[in-house]
Amino acid sequence: MSRIFVRGAGAVSPAGWGVAALSAAAVAGDPLPLRDLPRPGWSVPLRIRSVPPPPAAPACLAHPRLRRAGQLTQHTVVAALEALGTDLAEIQAGRLRVGIIVCLLTGIVAYSRRFYEAVLQDPATASPLLFPETVFNAPASHLAAYLGAGTINYTLVGDEGSFLQGLALAAQWINDEPLDGCLVVGGEEMDWPAPDALRHFSRRAVHGSGAGALYLSATPTAAAVELAAVTDSFTFTLTQSRTLAARNMRAQLPAGAPGELLCLSGRNLSRFDAAETAAWADWTGPRLAPKEIFGEAFTASAAWQCALACASLRGGGLAAVNVSVVGGSQQAIGARFIALPSREFPMPDERNQS
Amino acid sequence: MVVTGAGIITGLGCGWAANAEGFRTGRKVFRPVTRFDTSRQRCQLAAEADPPAPPATRLPPKLERRLDRAAIMLLLAAHEAWSQAGWRPADAPAIVLGTTSGEMAFGQAYLRQALAAPAGRREQATRVVHYLAPRQGLDLCDAFGFQAPVSIIANACASGANAIGQAFQLVRTGRAARALTGGYDALSHLTFAGFDALHALSPTGCRPFAAGRDGLLLGEGAALLALESLAGAQARGATILGEILGYGTATDTHHLTQPHPDGDAALAAMNRACAGAGLRPDQIDYINAHGTATPQNDATEAAALNRWAGTDAARPAVSSTKAGIGHLLGAAGAVEAVACLMALRGQWLPPQVGDEPADPACRFNLVRKPTPAALATALSNSFGFGGANACLIFGRGR
Repeated sequence: MSRIFVRGAGAVSPAGWGVAALSAAAVAGDPLPLRDLPRPGWSVPLRIRSVPPPPAAPACLAHPRLRRAGQLTQHTVVAALEALGTDLAEIQAGRLRVGIIVCLLTGIVAYSRRFYEAVLQDPATASPLLFPETVFNAPASHLAAYLGAGTINYTLVGDEGSFLQGLALAAQWINDEPLDGCLVVGGEEMDWPAPDALRHFSRRAVHGSGAGALYLSATPTAAAVELAAVTDSFTFTLTQSRTLAARNMRAQLPAGAPGELLCLSGRNLSRFDAAETAAWADWTGPRLAPKEIFGEAFTASAAWQCALACASLRGGGLAAVNVSVVGGSQQAIGARFIALPSREFPMPDERNQS
Repeated sequence: MVVTGAGIITGLGCGWAANAEGFRTGRKVFRPVTRFDTSRQRCQLAAEADPPAPPATRLPPKLERRLDRAAIMLLLAAHEAWSQAGWRPADAPAIVLGTTSGEMAFGQAYLRQALAAPAGRREQATRVVHYLAPRQGLDLCDAFGFQAPVSIIANACASGANAIGQAFQLVRTGRAARALTGGYDALSHLTFAGFDALHALSPTGCRPFAAGRDGLLLGEGAALLALESLAGAQARGATILGEILGYGTATDTHHLTQPHPDGDAALAAMNRACAGAGLRPDQIDYINAHGTATPQNDATEAAALNRWAGTDAARPAVSSTKAGIGHLLGAAGAVEAVACLMALRGQWLPPQVGDEPADPACRFNLVRKPTPAALATALSNSFGFGGANACLIFGRGR
């Protein structure tokens, strides 16, 4: 099995457009301000954390496939392009082959809601333009079209942990398939049914939206970190409680050492966090819980955890980051990222020659 | 890599025997839709399934009562595959499923109540839990008393084939000892209206590859395969239903819903599957085409098949079982995989009964009537929105 490296990360989040904005908000540590989202039939709006408008419209959104696409697709593509960095041109020129894995929970909520509302009113007049954009794999398809990537492309549907399942799948593909790299994206869209649904499980939960992406490869760069491990996925079943699943996940990650960070999926909601809290009770090092800052954005949240892990390692001073994800409905799964000693970095010239 | 269990439910019925007989004879099971009102649609037909009561499993009665059609059909198919394979809970297979919409009925009910009674909370949390696709995979774990990783692949109408392909890769490379894999989808109003809005549904009938075809008809159902290594199956004396020999996938970046007319991605998927299987096109005996009966899909698939087979294009026997049971979306690739296994076991070609002239683009041998045949290999194509293209190759087994 090849070693797997994270060559780049991308993020579109309630903190703004880019990993830099995500990292700055995480370092500040303060929950981002809440915004109002009108909810039909209610006089009181929903309170959410959504993506602010970009400082300038990203140029990629002028692409014919992206002009009519929904916010989830747009965030997916922008996060993915940030993760790809300068490799984007190589991919579009057909010199690098990338696989694509997009991980979603609620999917294309806005277009699905609009289309189904139209169907309820009169199916004979429902727009044919909306329906194709409601399909789960629309974001992955648009991303592939933008990149010109005709290779393997999956959309995984699952809770937060599916993003880490996506990382494990990407590692599998890099080993098994004729690929130079693989993009893994997690995304969550903001439209009122999603935060409305979340409220049925906790009135204090705050829905967030956006996307996060990692670009994996078997070839490191000077800025890369290593994806050292992804644990097994421990599902929540009648025979395995959330607590047991979290404990099993934690047992597959190394004990903390000085210079290591723990990045948790905790929401600051004790009922949901208890299993993860118990699993990591012995962790004495620093901790980071991004959902408390950015809100609950499911697979995007897990992607931001991983993007922050990579950013922390690139910033220096840390040797490793354990990412713990105890999802809302499906699984506990973890990952470990480690900093690379500088001697492992090939110089850019060396890489170009290989 | 062998298949030691297969479960299926479609409009043809529930279980291997009913479906094998239906596929062998090319039976058509379309009827007016009863699940929702289609009076304002161009099309009113679909191949509805009639799932019996869920089988006896370890699911608590309270949970079992909450299951809706998609979950029930999945459970029925899983129960048949699990029983046939003779697996025990300790065998804990990886679960890899394909679907386009999970249990959409719950999502629709949620939105209807949220709009009609915005303050109402009754049953809404339950609807959210059971709408999400991973829930149906977790139900399988609980039904058979094991815990295992659950992966849900939602690659539109290639979902079922991609799920089987992914499970095949997991077991082939030793990452999993066995896998329970396939696809499921129930008819839903949203999806039916969506295809109708696109004018993709036929008001005159589903006639794949016919010169006068004008669209598809939807169906519903589920199919699951129990996969394990040949050595593992032989060690425990399991009955081998067939082999998976190859899997290929590719992405068509041409358009969100329209395939590239040359069928480049379909061709790439077939070539990759053949390369993985170590087979040439002239070694494939039967092709279960994606064959939706939309003008564009069938023209593209015909072009791809002609290019793939080359000078041998007139030889392979081709049919689309969608002519009888409709397009099962996320379940299609899995149901058609089981149809291939049935054809290989029974040594017959599944016909698409009809005498309408074929599209001149079809240079291949379109199977029109029940036909006994000596088959060693079968190839199944699945193509979907978003440019998802997948191809599986099956062998008769030994």
